[in-house]
Amino acid sequence: MAVEINVKVNGEAHQDSVEGNQLLVYYLRESLGLTGTHVGCDTSGCGACTVLVDGKAVKSCTMLAAQADGTDITTIEGLADGNGLHPVQDAFWEEHGLQCGFCTPGMIITAIDLLESNPDPSDQEIREALEGNLCRCTGYQNIVKAVKYAAQKIKG
Amino acid sequence: MVPTAFDYQRASSVGEAVTLLAESGGNAKILAGGHSLIPTLKLRLARPATLIDIGRVDELKGISEDGDTIVIGALATHDEVATSDVVQAKAPNVAAAAAAIGDLQVRNCGTIGGALVHADPASDYPAAILTDEAEMVVQGPGGSRTVSAADFFVDIFATAVQEDELLTAVRVSARAAGTGSAYLKFPNPASGYAVVGCAANVTMDGGKCASAKVAFNGVANVAFRDAGVEDAITGTGADAAAIAAAAECAGNGQECMSDTFASAEFRAHLAKVYAGRALAAAVADAS
Repeated sequence: MAVEINVKVNGEAHQDSVEGNQLLVYYLRESLGLTGTHVGCDTSGCGACTVLVDGKAVKSCTMLAAQADGTDITTIEGLADGNGLHPVQDAFWEEHGLQCGFCTPGMIITAIDLLESNPDPSDQEIREALEGNLCRCTGYQNIVKAVKYAAQKIKG
Repeated sequence: MVPTAFDYQRASSVGEAVTLLAESGGNAKILAGGHSLIPTLKLRLARPATLIDIGRVDELKGISEDGDTIVIGALATHDEVATSDVVQAKAPNVAAAAAAIGDLQVRNCGTIGGALVHADPASDYPAAILTDEAEMVVQGPGGSRTVSAADFFVDIFATAVQEDELLTAVRVSARAAGTGSAYLKFPNPASGYAVVGCAANVTMDGGKCASAKVAFNGVANVAFRDAGVEDAITGTGADAAAIAAAAECAGNGQECMSDTFASAEFRAHLAKVYAGRALAAAVADAS
């Protein structure tokens, strides 16, 4: 049975009819064409599908699109300001915080949630916050460096 | 993976959720944060005809105080429970259990009510719910009732909440003065679930252990208070020798779970190790 939803995605309002069992990640990827949010494990383990829902990092493979009705969603596509990268995106560039890049959107989105609540995290706090994001290239050292760099940059 | 099709319904109040449950004829599931339920649906372990989404029911949200009791709404997320000043100060085992669940994203969505009703034996709340002597408030067609922590967990994935009922709040007793607390777990290295989790509240008075509450999740099908450990430590000075002796009693009489990661024998061993560590941490916290 279809459900009417109203969501704001990357600042743009959308009104859509979705099936009750449609997952948020497939709504974003297939209905809105926002394929920057990846599907990795599809079992809430890997974090590749992480998006911000009302400012909180959420695994969009484990949320129904219907549950997101009325929320404000930010995906990786919504971070840059024109050609200007978001500070966390820029930090991943500067510190080479990626290899194949598959996990990167989820890593960046989760790091943004962390830096919102903890603007000056220790290496240990960064590692704990990224516990739910897996990098199969095992690029964790540079990912942690990138989050640290981003924290410094945001602080100015 | 896509969950099987279901009829999605949204409740705007507890009363409406209870009515929708009654109308479903026993073939509905309540959707809160969905972080246990949605994976269960994807794996076809459950195929409910109807999902009743209570995610917008404001009366189920928030954490408040009622005298010496902390009232945690069923929809409080693990992150809200873990970071609540009140829960950290007065029921630290519940806060520590919440912080030990999953990862940041899971804690942002998963709820205390959903986790308790799901009753995964390897989940983190049950031991803390037992040491902190929580009461679960349950609403059904006949009204509201409370279930003690001791009576709540019935079997693996089964609680005292009936098919036509909804868990609305968790009422947790504030710990007594002089009490130290700890929740420690041995996480499964892949899933993070508790292979063994031990919660302890130790109340010290004049250098002696006046009372102790020690409980486990992960060890057996149902979380339990361990009277053997509690009796052994009570009345002692809770020094290293007394803690070691009490820890040796852990898990006695329990039928330990066994799976591909941990045999029953290994779990029984871990129960003793974690009883010792949790008692030592709780005693240190009391001083």
